[in-house]
Amino acid sequence: MSSITLTVNGKSHTVDVDPATPLLYVLSDDLALRGPKFGCGLGQCGACTVIVKGRALRSCVTPVSSVSGADVTTLEGLGTPERPHPIQKAFIDEQAAQCGFCLSGVILTAKALLDQNPKASEDEIQQGMSTVLCRCFTNVRMLHAIKRYQAGGVR
Amino acid sequence: MTPDAKYAFDRAGFSRRDFLKTSGWLVVSFGAASVLPGVAQGPFDTRPSHIDPRRLDSWIAIAGDGKVTAYTGKCDLGQGMFTAQTQLVAEELSVAPAMVTLIQCDTSVCPDQGTTSGSQSTPTNFNERNLAQAAATAREALLAMAATRFGVGRDQLTLDAGVIAVKGDTSKRVTYGELLSGKTFNLQLDDQAKRKPASEWKVLGKPIPRLDMTAMATGQFEFVHNVRVPGMLHGAVVRPPEVGATLVSVDEDSVRNLPGFVKVVTRKNFVGIVTEKPWQARQAVQKLQIQWNSGSGLPTWREFYDFIRKQPSRDAYVVNSKDVDERLAKASSVVKATYLHPYQMHGSMGTSCAVADVQGPKVTVWSAYPTRSGVAMLLGVPADNVRVVFVRGAGCYGINGADTVSYDAALLSQAVGKPVRVQLSRQDEMAWENYGFPYVIDQRVALDADGTIVAWDCESWNASLGGRPGTNTPGNVVTGMLAGFSPAPFAPRAAGEPGGRFNNGSNAAPSYVIGRVGGAAGGAGVVASERVLTHTIASPFFTGPLRSPSRLQNTFAHECLMDEIAAQVKADPVDFRMRHVSDQRLKHTIVEVARAAKWQARPSPKPGASRTGVASGRGMACVVYEGDNGYVAIVADVAVNTATGKVTAQHLYVAQDCGPVSNPDGMRNQLEGGALQGLSRALGEEVTWDERKVTSIDWRTYHSLTLGDAMPTIESVLIDRHDTEATGAGETAITVIAAAVGNAIFDATGVRVRQIPFTPERVKAALTERTQ
Repeated sequence: MSSITLTVNGKSHTVDVDPATPLLYVLSDDLALRGPKFGCGLGQCGACTVIVKGRALRSCVTPVSSVSGADVTTLEGLGTPERPHPIQKAFIDEQAAQCGFCLSGVILTAKALLDQNPKASEDEIQQGMSTVLCRCFTNVRMLHAIKRYQAGGVR
Repeated sequence: MTPDAKYAFDRAGFSRRDFLKTSGWLVVSFGAASVLPGVAQGPFDTRPSHIDPRRLDSWIAIAGDGKVTAYTGKCDLGQGMFTAQTQLVAEELSVAPAMVTLIQCDTSVCPDQGTTSGSQSTPTNFNERNLAQAAATAREALLAMAATRFGVGRDQLTLDAGVIAVKGDTSKRVTYGELLSGKTFNLQLDDQAKRKPASEWKVLGKPIPRLDMTAMATGQFEFVHNVRVPGMLHGAVVRPPEVGATLVSVDEDSVRNLPGFVKVVTRKNFVGIVTEKPWQARQAVQKLQIQWNSGSGLPTWREFYDFIRKQPSRDAYVVNSKDVDERLAKASSVVKATYLHPYQMHGSMGTSCAVADVQGPKVTVWSAYPTRSGVAMLLGVPADNVRVVFVRGAGCYGINGADTVSYDAALLSQAVGKPVRVQLSRQDEMAWENYGFPYVIDQRVALDADGTIVAWDCESWNASLGGRPGTNTPGNVVTGMLAGFSPAPFAPRAAGEPGGRFNNGSNAAPSYVIGRVGGAAGGAGVVASERVLTHTIASPFFTGPLRSPSRLQNTFAHECLMDEIAAQVKADPVDFRMRHVSDQRLKHTIVEVARAAKWQARPSPKPGASRTGVASGRGMACVVYEGDNGYVAIVADVAVNTATGKVTAQHLYVAQDCGPVSNPDGMRNQLEGGALQGLSRALGEEVTWDERKVTSIDWRTYHSLTLGDAMPTIESVLIDRHDTEATGAGETAITVIAAAVGNAIFDATGVRVRQIPFTPERVKAALTERTQ
């Protein structure tokens, strides 16, 4: 066990954990966050996604020690129910979810992608989303929401 | 029932008599109290409950401030039921949806409505009984109270937003809360209470945004995975390394000194570990020294479709007009084909999770499925002592691991006397879930000289093991089996003649036969010479309902065959279907989809199709889901890369008649998701195994479409009928898409692929065979 400090959604936390513990376990268990989810534990589905240094990171395969001192953003760090972030608002407006379990991975992966490449083509968006699953297959609405956010229609 | 099962059954508080009631046709009467002292049988479901569904107070409570609490036994599994049921209550009570709080499937307070399955939630709660009837009963009772209070006739009253007023006298008004003044209704459900006609709907039938959407999109929504209970420990399970392997020994010392270690728990072949934190449990699973006997071995994957034809089987005729052989012998021509469908999995996005707290004889389980009786049997406590609180999980699409992980958590909690949370690993979820049934379907159809179908002969084989645990069979899922319970027994049986009324047998009968049983024709079609024989064999893997169970597999075979016949007689696939359908709603649905797709009548394959490059084509399919539970027709435009065999859907057109639509946007969402989930299943999904174990255990080995795959546009046509009952809508589009895609591949290339999934390798092989 060792003491690790990390900043999550702008707030500093110090946790006493095995440094090999995947970041996801610290976020969802030690910090009781609901955004990041355990989907596969293998970095294959996207459910555990967080944003670190502007990039989408699969927290289920990232040792917590590797983000010590870094700023971590989870889905709840983007906006609130009262003031959702524009990309969250785009998903709400498109009603782009069914069970909603994948939403954290879908929204954060798309946000990181478009923040880095605001003019991403349809192919580039698809390429960027290729490691994200929605098993309810709300794909069409989700892609509409991503494009709505990209177009700035809700900013 | 095995001795173990009988023992547990008795301990769970069921008498043999109750068992007969709950598994058969007997219905007991109810006392006056809405909470019954023991278990009782609801009037419409299969599970015992202590909440009396005939009492209004079991469904609806209204507080002094007018806020409505409604209780339902049907849960939102991601399909939007929470919103649709809230609309239903709000509409019948004439209040805003925001005034209604819906409590779903908490077994301590909600009526037991059995499983949430089979596209039955809307029919069950919308049609004449249950939740809607309760809300209507409450509204009529409140109006009667107001009429008495003001000394006027019921027809002198107006009702709006939970306020009842006397027409023309604004001084005489009263709220629901004032009328009840904190009391319960103390009434029976009134079967005659008037339902609101669709013409008066203000809330129902409207595209109200999902009530849970904002919480989901902002990471606030509580899934079962987020449930945290004070003092909670974490568990993980160790499943056998091979199918049929049994436990020899476990060396607890191998993990005793790991940080956070609490206990290794075994029961027969069930093994689990409890630790203080979840990551510790995962590591302990890796390090636990454990000896297993070899498994029972598995039939060869590549030869499985031949294997299942040769096993002892339980047989049934769905229809049998007894003149089929004669008709086939005399036919002008006969079309024959065999279709193959693999085991597929639910593959929930999140692995299954539950929290259980077993405190002596009292048990609480937070679960994504209300699996109360099985937990009681497994733990050896009366069912009345078990409270299951439904908390939504990841979309399940049938029986995923929600039941089994609830059992895991319960066994571990019982062993340590503290609350325990278990979330399965991806491999544990995928290697041991109850898969959708594999099918082999042989078809023979007789045509007359005009190219009209005169006889339809269908014989199918499928494999089955376990399923939903129901009230008394926890061995139907892996944890129950490992802990010593048997799955529902399998006994081969020769087919008897179909009795009672026509039932299409999970769409085993195509929509084109007349379905004559007991002298009455109940089918949707015109073909009078009909024989449908099904064989079910014992599956080596657990199986269970997977969205459109058997209906999808059967419809794939029927709708592809229909296309093959149309091609043989050079008929347009839409016209050919219309000639063989008698059901007016199905006909109307076909017409609507053809209109939406701008369908041009011509036979398949498409003339002048290219043999190189990308070939494009169109295919259609339709069905009456379960014979009366939803009408759907689809057209798929696909592109086939002839160099790689890769199939891409470009446009989908879906027309659907599911009776009155509760929420059109919710229905479209279900329709779109169903179509694309079906597309993923059609193009890539297949359970695989080697000699001893399942090998499709993650998203690299089980091939789902992702958000990176090209998706078709989807145009949906909702036929919103107000003159019929509501049917299910969650399993319609998924039932027809595989056939539509197969038919479109044929239209594009002239090549017929009769095996799911249509992988690039399989399509390419078929194209190569054509050119040789």
